[in-house]
Amino acid sequence: MKRNLKFLVIIGGFLLLYFLPLESFRFRNPFFEALAMLNIYAREHVIFSLIPAFLIAGAIYQFMDQNTFLKYLGAKTNKALAYFVASASGSILTVCSCTILPLFSGIYKKGAGLGPAIAFLYSGPAINALAIILTARILGWQLGLARALGAMLFSVIIGLCMHFIFLSEEKERQANGEFQLGSIENKMNQRNGLQNILYFLSMIGFMVFANWAKPQTGDESLWSMIFQYKWYLAIGFVLLFIYILVYWFKKEEVIPWLESSWNFTQQIMPLLFLGIFFSGLLLGRPGEEGLIPSRFIASLVGGNSLGANFFASIVGAFMYFATCTEVLVLQGLIGSGMGQGPALALLLAGPALSLPNMLVIRSVIGTRKTFIYVTLVIIIATISGMVYGSLVQ
Amino acid sequence: MKIEILGLGCPKCKKLFQNAQQAVKELEIEAEIIKTEDLNKITEYGIIMTPALVIDNEVLNPGKILSVEEIKKAINSLTS
Repeated sequence: MKRNLKFLVIIGGFLLLYFLPLESFRFRNPFFEALAMLNIYAREHVIFSLIPAFLIAGAIYQFMDQNTFLKYLGAKTNKALAYFVASASGSILTVCSCTILPLFSGIYKKGAGLGPAIAFLYSGPAINALAIILTARILGWQLGLARALGAMLFSVIIGLCMHFIFLSEEKERQANGEFQLGSIENKMNQRNGLQNILYFLSMIGFMVFANWAKPQTGDESLWSMIFQYKWYLAIGFVLLFIYILVYWFKKEEVIPWLESSWNFTQQIMPLLFLGIFFSGLLLGRPGEEGLIPSRFIASLVGGNSLGANFFASIVGAFMYFATCTEVLVLQGLIGSGMGQGPALALLLAGPALSLPNMLVIRSVIGTRKTFIYVTLVIIIATISGMVYGSLVQ
Repeated sequence: MKIEILGLGCPKCKKLFQNAQQAVKELEIEAEIIKTEDLNKITEYGIIMTPALVIDNEVLNPGKILSVEEIKKAINSLTS
């Protein structure tokens, strides 16, 4: 049996190689596109976006005390505050779903309850620093902003909906015990508040000005003035950053910070570049074609129809996107004719849900609540896609 | 001695697991090291930040990847 299988594999491989349509443009071009995409990213995004983004993520992880925020998600917190913290705290947390899910489960069972837990689950993966930076850089600041604001606003709405739909159950359910946060240590006590703000500002400032987009010709506004001097501004921020590191930081702090940035890089970089490769292979660079024909994409998710937005939400909800790769996939899709509205719909439904994490969520809150949650996410993503699409057109 | 690593199986949890194994090896003690990846069990411990290290039902520094040295110190202070 095993030998037969081997034989079949060899025959299959032989036939595949024998008939490989190397001369065909449709076959060869996608591979060219995939390499071209990697080339564009290496040239345009690595130095001025990815490296600062990883440094910022590392700094947040190392120097921001997550516990000061998370303690507001406990059982005794004022509910309005809990919703607010739940919707915003994703921005200071790390990126992977293995961080989000234990937090979600803990808030639900031993903390502020169903509503805030759902709010956190929804906004967490969408508003972490890396995801927002990449969205703004690669898909444009408008989509980046719409994504961040949309994720926070809708997380509260979805959380409240869930709370009121299951109000009676929530009242019966008593939180059993509080979650524990571990020792609270003040990681930033070496510097005062202003110094800490300047430290983050110097990194963000460099990234913003180094990437300042070229204005349209004939534009005389502040925008184009800044563009003229963007390198002076960017270098200014780098100098500020170096000054801060040298004079305000101890060596024992800088090394763990670089280490956690390096950990993020190791974790996310391979996924990103695989994502870029496959996005290029399947969809091509913006304006070019990959394996999937553009008219196919345009007919499914082009324009801003209800159908297009709904389809994008459904696909986003069930598909699994590794951290931040949703941005790359969307770049390919938009380049192949996807509308801005459906793009936002996918961004709002995508990272918050996937088939594997639905199963984990179901094991925590049960089938009915999971079903309602998924339905709410899809409906709200569809509606906000349509609204955003009609605004930007 | 029972050492438990709580986490959903991300790289950080694996790192902590390796560190715990190394610590046990270096201390030359008898210890059972288990991985707990069931989310509901993790929540039962009252943990929201993973990975977390549990030594004889006592949770240490949730959310941190403790180094081999730190784990050794923790084991010593618990056994002495």
